[in-house]
Amino acid sequence: MNSLSILETEELTYTYSAGTPFEKTAVDHVSLKIEKNAMIGVIGHTGSGKSTLMQHFNGLLRPTSGKVMLDGQDIWADKKKLRDVRFRVGLVFQYPEYQLFEETVYRDIAFGPKNMGLSDAEIKVRIAETAEMIGLSEELLGRSPFALSGGQKRRAAIAGVMAMRPEILILDEPSAGLDPKGREKLLRQICDYQKKTQSTVLLVSHSMEDVAEYTQKLLVMNKGKLFCYDDTPAVFRRTEELCGMGLRIPQIADVMHVLRKKGYDLPQDIYTVEQAKDAVLALMRKGGAVC
Amino acid sequence: MSVIVDAKHLVFRYQETTDEDQSPKQTEPVLKDVSLSIEKGSFVAVLGHNGSGKSTFAKHINAILIPDEGKMYVEGMDTSDEQNLFAIRQKAGMVFQNPDNQIVATIVEEDVAFAPENLGIAPEEIRRRVDDALKAVKMYDYRKHAPTQLSGGQKQRVAIAGVIAMQPDCIVLDEPTAMLDPQGRQEVMETIRRLNREKGITVILITHYMEEAAQSDRIVVIDGGKVLLDDVPKKVFSQVETLKSVGLDVPQVTELAYLLSREGISIEQDIITSEECVAALEQLLR
Repeated sequence: MNSLSILETEELTYTYSAGTPFEKTAVDHVSLKIEKNAMIGVIGHTGSGKSTLMQHFNGLLRPTSGKVMLDGQDIWADKKKLRDVRFRVGLVFQYPEYQLFEETVYRDIAFGPKNMGLSDAEIKVRIAETAEMIGLSEELLGRSPFALSGGQKRRAAIAGVMAMRPEILILDEPSAGLDPKGREKLLRQICDYQKKTQSTVLLVSHSMEDVAEYTQKLLVMNKGKLFCYDDTPAVFRRTEELCGMGLRIPQIADVMHVLRKKGYDLPQDIYTVEQAKDAVLALMRKGGAVC
Repeated sequence: MSVIVDAKHLVFRYQETTDEDQSPKQTEPVLKDVSLSIEKGSFVAVLGHNGSGKSTFAKHINAILIPDEGKMYVEGMDTSDEQNLFAIRQKAGMVFQNPDNQIVATIVEEDVAFAPENLGIAPEEIRRRVDDALKAVKMYDYRKHAPTQLSGGQKQRVAIAGVIAMQPDCIVLDEPTAMLDPQGRQEVMETIRRLNREKGITVILITHYMEEAAQSDRIVVIDGGKVLLDDVPKKVFSQVETLKSVGLDVPQVTELAYLLSREGISIEQDIITSEECVAALEQLLR
């Protein structure tokens, strides 16, 4: 996947309330290269700077120093182009259903594409495609967004950003507050969207189980600094460091870690239940064998 | 043990008014005949998918909601009798999902003092209760801080201290860890467990995290406004298929044991903690 990068930051630094007693550096010299066509998890403790960093990616915040580059272009070089940047980098906040406002779900999803200047015919196609990917039935599109269930509202709000077909889609805790089945379904739909559109999706999450299951790479923030940006298995290998910064590894990865320490010959990169099952079965076939 | 919360055939429906006329519309009941008694000093987890009625049930415990049919008793007091309202809300405190919506003051200790002040308690007594409550949630060192300076887990512990300062016999927590990072979640869970064990406070925890529910004494699964399962965690989580069919899950270690047994491997089906899982796998691999 080490292909072309789409978004880069160079020594990105952001200081809140600079020059006042409340001055705080929320993002501290972060340099990153994010590639095209990837599913990326973003993790970090509360206040680690991950949300502040995300808000730089579509120009909602302007770096105190350093650069954000989209396709090699500094997004702040020409302020007139910022509007364009926001179409290309979509940001879905936490609890996005609070931002629904239109009379029908269809019109709510159409709001972004309309602002992009797309034709009605094109908008119609996009909405139909997006609704299918995110699991909103046609019947729901004609309803008031306020008459939907919680999970449906969440989907409608996410669809509004997806319909703009951003090259990068950032989702801040999209599954917060959903029950286990609802979480799984929504995250699978987001993965399908990523594959179909071949775009880059950044998934901000506090659930180690979810990022382990659904992402290939992890961006880890700690106290405003970039701790690492690496393949998901490589990140979970750093168990002790992660725990030290208020994060954890999935429960199943922890069990495998303990067994390995006791000398069982289990492979290193196990962090989903399915992988654990296969590894245990494989080891049993080999006859247990403590190495 | 004596019963602290006693729900008898609860039925509850939300009233909806349509835009055109303001007459209430009859809707499907959210709770359909829920009967449940919770013993004093126990730690009960309540699970259910979104819309199952679990939060609606929780709001009956401190009389935020009053049943349409049936009765809810808290320490023998009927929640539908308005004269009991004050006493019930002192007995049963509630903590919600978002800590930012529950903090009212600009200094931690003033926030914790809010409820006892409203109860008209003497200042020296308030001082004592606030200090005790902050120590109980391990936030005493932060008593002079502004809540905005705290992490999510710390704020949620302050919210819990605010409830503790009322000296309730029972705390109801509605997804208290949903917005927290892993460490914050752990801090809150440790606090809840400690209050339950050391102070004997009855804890009713509503959660979507199965690992948290696994730490309780008893799990009640609500589905479609009714109690579907009610047993110790080991028994409830061994019913993997039933739980999945109602939109829930099991801890990862339980799921592993379930998947292995489907492959014909003989392994206990009531594994709910990492330690148990490690032990069981060692048996298999030895």
